Amino acid sequence: MGGHLFRGLSFTSLLRVQAMAVDPESYATLRRWLTKPANSKAARAEAAALAAASTPTPAPPVQKLAGGRDLRLDLFRGIALWLIFLDHIPENIVNLFTLRNYGFSDATEIFIFISGYTAAFVYGRAMRERGFIVSGARILRRAWQIYVAHIFLFTIFMAEIAYVAATFSNPLFAEEMNILGFLKQPDVTIFEALLLKFKPVNMDVLPLYIVLLLLFPPVLRVLLWQPAYALAGAALVYVLALHFDINLPAYPNGVWLFNPFAWQILFVFGAWCAVGGAQRLTGLLRSRIVFALAIAYLLFAFGITLTWRFESLQAFVPNWLGEFIYPIDKTNLDVLRFAHFLALAAITVRFVSHDWPGLKSPLLRPAIRCGQHSLEIFCLGVFLAFAGQFIIGEWSGGPLVQTAISVAGILIMIATASLISWYKNIEGRSHQQRTTAPPANLAGGEA
Amino acid sequence: MKFFTTLFAVIALMNGFAFAAQECDVPASLLSSENEILRVAAEVKNKHRLDIAVVGTGSSALPGPDGQNFAYPARLQEALRQVLPGTEIKVVSQIQARQTTADMAAGMKKILADDKPALVIWQAGTFDAVSGIEPDEFSTSLIAGVDAIIAAGADVVLVNMQYSPRTEALLNVSSYADVMRWVAQEHGALLFDRLAIMRYWNDQGIFDLYAATKKSDMARRVHDCIGRALASQIVEAAHLKP
Repeated sequence: MGGHLFRGLSFTSLLRVQAMAVDPESYATLRRWLTKPANSKAARAEAAALAAASTPTPAPPVQKLAGGRDLRLDLFRGIALWLIFLDHIPENIVNLFTLRNYGFSDATEIFIFISGYTAAFVYGRAMRERGFIVSGARILRRAWQIYVAHIFLFTIFMAEIAYVAATFSNPLFAEEMNILGFLKQPDVTIFEALLLKFKPVNMDVLPLYIVLLLLFPPVLRVLLWQPAYALAGAALVYVLALHFDINLPAYPNGVWLFNPFAWQILFVFGAWCAVGGAQRLTGLLRSRIVFALAIAYLLFAFGITLTWRFESLQAFVPNWLGEFIYPIDKTNLDVLRFAHFLALAAITVRFVSHDWPGLKSPLLRPAIRCGQHSLEIFCLGVFLAFAGQFIIGEWSGGPLVQTAISVAGILIMIATASLISWYKNIEGRSHQQRTTAPPANLAGGEA
Repeated sequence: MKFFTTLFAVIALMNGFAFAAQECDVPASLLSSENEILRVAAEVKNKHRLDIAVVGTGSSALPGPDGQNFAYPARLQEALRQVLPGTEIKVVSQIQARQTTADMAAGMKKILADDKPALVIWQAGTFDAVSGIEPDEFSTSLIAGVDAIIAAGADVVLVNMQYSPRTEALLNVSSYADVMRWVAQEHGALLFDRLAIMRYWNDQGIFDLYAATKKSDMARRVHDCIGRALASQIVEAAHLKP
């Protein structure tokens, strides 16, 4: 935990660390404080994860895979993609309305959970029908596609910085311009990017996704055999990663912003839900106590996030509480973030059921479309965020320009998703004329 | 006729002053004085002198042979002399580009021993962000330096990063700014929130920080304003307001 405590904290959360009861003159106390919650949190995580995993495993739940695709996944993944796009534009007034301002978790959790769910949904069926080798090969091909997409985004990013380096100069910012220093050794930079070690701002999610997919074939194999073992294994890796501070190295130094050994728990949990875990949780999700707890926790998290925005409210956070909850670490998927996501999910599932008629409404179709082509739309979102930021800067855009850019960005994402659907449709038709079996992807979306 | 010319000149001059004051306008909420700087107050009241050391990196300096005269440490000295007449003000610049906060913290003892300042203004964070130092490591070095300054009996003002809209997409300074705010609050330092102040100037159209230019005039005006804002924050936090 020691090496990167602050790295993943949301913009303002560190500010609030003052709420904790640090002995002001003693640095040693501070260090003790910084390491203590790490351990106690690891212990809490362990307990929670073991409790979740120790549910008995009766009949293999694989049959559930045969059902139709759950449109809720596409809907919420689509919304998550919009939120990620909005959050990636700094200086955007529309950001005030995104998830991260109202609780601990943000759109990243939704995206990774649903990606795990759909990966197990699509490739689980393939593994059952065509075996480990074929499905494993398809998962690796997907990882390769994402890798290529990441490198494509990196190229756009390099073009942007090269442009800034070539056109911008101001003696006021001589020190800041040192950030362009890596253009002086493009060989090293490009090589490190190819190794997924160099990840510029906002380009951290795809490398995480790639690593998760690379490790997914054996995980899926275990999930289909004994789901609880897979979940328990993921929980163990999570706890070990937190406890021993295990992460992948980044370039020029530091570690990955999203620690894959921590975030895998969410991905595997999503996959576990897809192979029957969700059914097993039904009773729990219907319980009134769980509902009340979830509501209470969401309100608590909302209250805490309010104190980040309004400094005068900080006095209401008692020291012992601050000591207990801070820092809320994004890099290692803090237990409080995970719990916040679970509470959100529990409440969402209660109100939006699998056969909710609204899912077929034309109003929600744009979000569903975006969610169905998540890779393309995610990449487009990162690019649009670059472009939007550029325009806001060039025009020194006020709230009106920022809102216009946010809306235009989402409309472009929707239009692109519809275009991709159309392509898939015509290609699918000609494909079907030649072969009888439609590819699994046409079940309504991608993994 | 001569009378009118003089009147016109005076009005123009006053307008110029008014403009300069308006240009450096900073809302009071951005100049926090939560932590008092008592050593500064005592020095000025009892000894009528104030020795300040400015420790920092590239963004505390301006290029060119006469850059030093226009950078904010020199402007701060000038501004303080205006606000505190009768007090001998001496600002020593300990600026060196391309230093991490760990480097500066390591050199802090020597500066404290050599200059014996009553106040250390410590600008940090930018080069750490540029060279990808972990915010946690940055925090450790910053705390070590601040503790050393306070142990030597001097007051501390931490100066955070500049607001640089052009490099915002490439250089994420917010987590470093968070660390500085927190360290200032927990360790009894005053924070000069250069990031928020420059953002305010940019948003208000007082300075167009996005503009590309090879000339130094805007950079000099920004540094002048920073020097003045720093001076008013110091005077406020030391309760020296006349």
